[in-house]
Order: sequence, then C-alpha cells, then structure tokens
Amino acid sequence: MKELNHLVIKNLCFSRNQRLLFDHLNFEFERGKITAILGPSGIGKTTLLKLIGGQLPVDSGEIIFNGHAINHCSAKTLYEARKKMGMLFQSGALFNELSVFENVAFPLREHCQLDEELLSTLVLMKLEAVGLRGAKDLQPNELSGGMARRVALARAIALDPEMILYDEPFTGQDPISMNVLLNLINQLNKTLGLTSIIVSHDVNEVLSIADNVYVLADKKIIAHGPAYSLLQQTDNSLLQQFLHGQSDGPVPFHFPVEDFQKELQKERR
Amino acid sequence: MINAYLRFVGRFSLGLVQTVGRCCLMFWQTLWGKPHAQLIPLMIRQIFQLGILSLPIILTSGLFIGMVLAFQGYNILVDYSAEESLGSMVALSLLRELAPVVAALLFAGRAGSALTAEIGLMQSTEQLASMEMMAVSPLKRVIAPRFLAGIIALPMLTVFFNVIGIWGGYLIGVSWMGIDGGTYWSVMQSSIDYLPDVGNGLIKSLVFAILITWIALYNGYYVVPNALGISKSTTQTVVVSSLLVLAMDFVLTVFMFGM
Repeated sequence: MKELNHLVIKNLCFSRNQRLLFDHLNFEFERGKITAILGPSGIGKTTLLKLIGGQLPVDSGEIIFNGHAINHCSAKTLYEARKKMGMLFQSGALFNELSVFENVAFPLREHCQLDEELLSTLVLMKLEAVGLRGAKDLQPNELSGGMARRVALARAIALDPEMILYDEPFTGQDPISMNVLLNLINQLNKTLGLTSIIVSHDVNEVLSIADNVYVLADKKIIAHGPAYSLLQQTDNSLLQQFLHGQSDGPVPFHFPVEDFQKELQKERR
Repeated sequence: MINAYLRFVGRFSLGLVQTVGRCCLMFWQTLWGKPHAQLIPLMIRQIFQLGILSLPIILTSGLFIGMVLAFQGYNILVDYSAEESLGSMVALSLLRELAPVVAALLFAGRAGSALTAEIGLMQSTEQLASMEMMAVSPLKRVIAPRFLAGIIALPMLTVFFNVIGIWGGYLIGVSWMGIDGGTYWSVMQSSIDYLPDVGNGLIKSLVFAILITWIALYNGYYVVPNALGISKSTTQTVVVSSLLVLAMDFVLTVFMFGM
C-alpha cells in the first residue's frame, strides 16, 4: 500500500551566501492533492523546489520522496526519482533549437526506446491535453508566454510523472492564459491523479484550486492548512497582510533606514 | 595597508583554488562514466557548428598570412640571394608556430565566444536545469559533445590553415615574384620533417583546443545568469583563452624545439 504522504520534508535548513533562508521547516505533501506554497518574493520558494528536485544540496534535514530520502542518495537514485517528478519552470525553459514537438518528445527520446510512430502519438496526446497540438511545428520563439508554459507543461507530463512541481506558473500571464493554466493544472491533477506542488504569490488563483496551503515568511512557515481555514485566521497579522495584499504591516513598506527627518537635518549641516 | 594587501592575496588565492577545483570536478563529471547514447550524432553536429562554420575565417586568415609571410620573406631572402628557400621558410613558420597559434586565437574569438554565450544563455533560461529535472545530465548531453567536437575541430582547422597559407606563399613567391615552382616545393619538402614540424604543430593545436574549449564551456556553465554575466563570461573566455594560448605556446615551443 502506498503511503499517504508522497513527499515529506523534515527539519529543512538551508542558507545561501551566509543568509539563512529556511530554518527547520517541515512539510507534508499528500498524494494526489494540490499543495500550494505561498510567500512574498525573495523568500526562497523557487529554491525550495530546487531542493525538492535535488538540484541544490540541503544544509540539514531530510527530503523523503516515496519513502526514500533523496537528498543523501546516489546520483543514479536521484535521477530515477526525477523521472517520477515533472517540473514546470517559471520561464518555461523550452529548448530554443527544438520545435514544440521535439521539446515534448525530448524526455521520451532520452529515456524510452519507442518507435517513431508511437512516440509521435504520445507527443500529440500530450500536446492535445494542453490544447496546442496545432502548434507542434512552431519554434519556441514563435510562442506567446502562456503557450510556452503550456508546451512546458506538456513536456513535464511526457514521462507520466507522479508529481509535478510548478514554479510561479501564473506570473506575467494575461487573464485568459492564467485561467487556461489554472484549469489545466486542476484537470491534470484530477485526471492523472498527480501530486501537485505549486509555488506562487498569486493568492486568489492558488487558493481557488489548492487542497492544502503553506505560507512562508521570515524563514518559517507562518500558516498551513486547507485553503478556507487560512482566511479565517484573523489573529495572524502577517498572514492577513499577505493574503490581502496590504502595503504596510508586519512586512514594512519602507526598507529599514534611519528617520527621514534626521537624515535631512544631517544633510543641511 | 599590509593587512589589506594580505587579505587581497588570500582572497585571490582562495578564489583561484576554488575555480581550478570546480573546473577539474566538472571535467571529471563530464568525461567519466557512461557517455550519452547519442554522443556521436551530437558531436558531429557540434563539429559542424564549431569547425565547418569557422572555416571561412580560418581560410581567409590563412591565405593572407601565407601571402604576407612570403612577401616579407622574399624581400629579406633576396638580399642574400637565398630566395629559393622561401618555400621552406613559409612552411616552417606556418607549421611550427603561426598556424596553430593564429588558428587557436581565431577559434577562441569565433567558436569559444559562441560556446560560452550559448551555454550561458541555456543556463540563464533554465534549460540546463530543466534537463536535469528530466533526469538527463547536461554535462553528458550538452557539455561533453561540445568539448569533444572542439578538440577535433581545431586541429582540423589548423591543417586547413597550413594548406591555404602555404598556397598563399606559393601565389606570392612563384606567381608574383617569379621563383621557380619546382624549387619552392622541393626545398620545402627537403627541409620539413613530419614529427618535429607537422606533428609538433598538431600537438600544439590539440593542447590549445583543450584549453579554449574547456574555458569556454566552464565560463558558460558557471555564468552569472543575467545579460551582464553572459557578456562578462564571453569576454573572459576570449581574453583568458587567448592569453593562455600564447603562454602555453611558449612553454610547448621550449619543450619541443628548445631542448
């Protein structure tokens, strides 16, 4: 029987350039559910995805995927685990020299010995799922930002992963593209039974589809639980400032600096 | 003052050791272990990119350098009535020094800079990271074919440089200055030995190829992922590899011809 939690992170500590980003964080990502990680810019949300994917080494703590710790394993085991993870990068990260079709075919060509006909069918199925079968012959530079992300999503699900990591999927999207992506993520999660981890700061969009939410601020998890329960935590001022986008609060509007009046007086002298 | 100086020396030394260590580790991870299944086709594609597309600049430079060499050589040799030795002079200068060094400098400018910019852009647009997340090693899939292609392409370009340079010398010496064509070739043939002249020249170009290609790939792979970072890395590739080629040429010349 498969474990309830697909991915568990225990006591994660990580610092970069002598700056502590995560201080003993614990996460549990339930199998088949959409979990969102919210937080202000620069808090280290993308870094967290890189740690989950084993692209960065943790300072201490454990990342357990499918019951196996993947942060202390061999490169071979890590690569095997990555075949079960897909990742949608913020920029799409499509290969410039390959067409849309070849971009989606890339992981299949690398890992599966399929004949050309079967490979073509699989790629077209993935492109159909994101509504871009008609764009298969286009080059990445001919795609809009939203289309590039959908192609990248088709590529991320090419190997039929168990889990998908989404890095800021809605950033810079127009309302139509955003809605398309939102529906796609939701549909893929339901139809393929994927475990989805979405890192974002688009609060309303993410809360509308997430089953569980973690909110990060100041190196710690300031709140977590089902989406609806977060809105009810009115005593948590930092959480409320973030959820409602208030410009001033526990996270100050002004970057730390000495009093303006004093600074002006100093200049006059 | 002394403290600041010591701090600078310490920081510089640590940085240098770190760079060399990272460079060696990357080299090891790229070439050690099972190669990528599509290594040969990927390498052939890169030989086209780095070698064939560099041919126009190499051939043009080789022709003009051979012609200038013959012109200057003739003017000096004719004073001593030794103009028949022109073929020997042109060929030895090209085979031993000019062809490996000038071809390497041109390769650094044309192919080295392109390599750094390409890999740097792939790094900054997360293409290499996405490859890693698809369980494909970018070192085996992207870096290794380019490195091997570079060390095949430059010696080949050096051979073409030699051939076109010697022909340029022939054009000036024989067709313009009126030296006997048979003498031009026969003096050249009698004064050139395969291993010391042709062989050493090719060994030099192989060493230069390893240096340039590796510096270019390293600078691209460890780029600061923004426009300024890519620009700096590209410049650094051309400057560092050109200087190292000239320094290494001196060292190799001392070992090959000076002892």
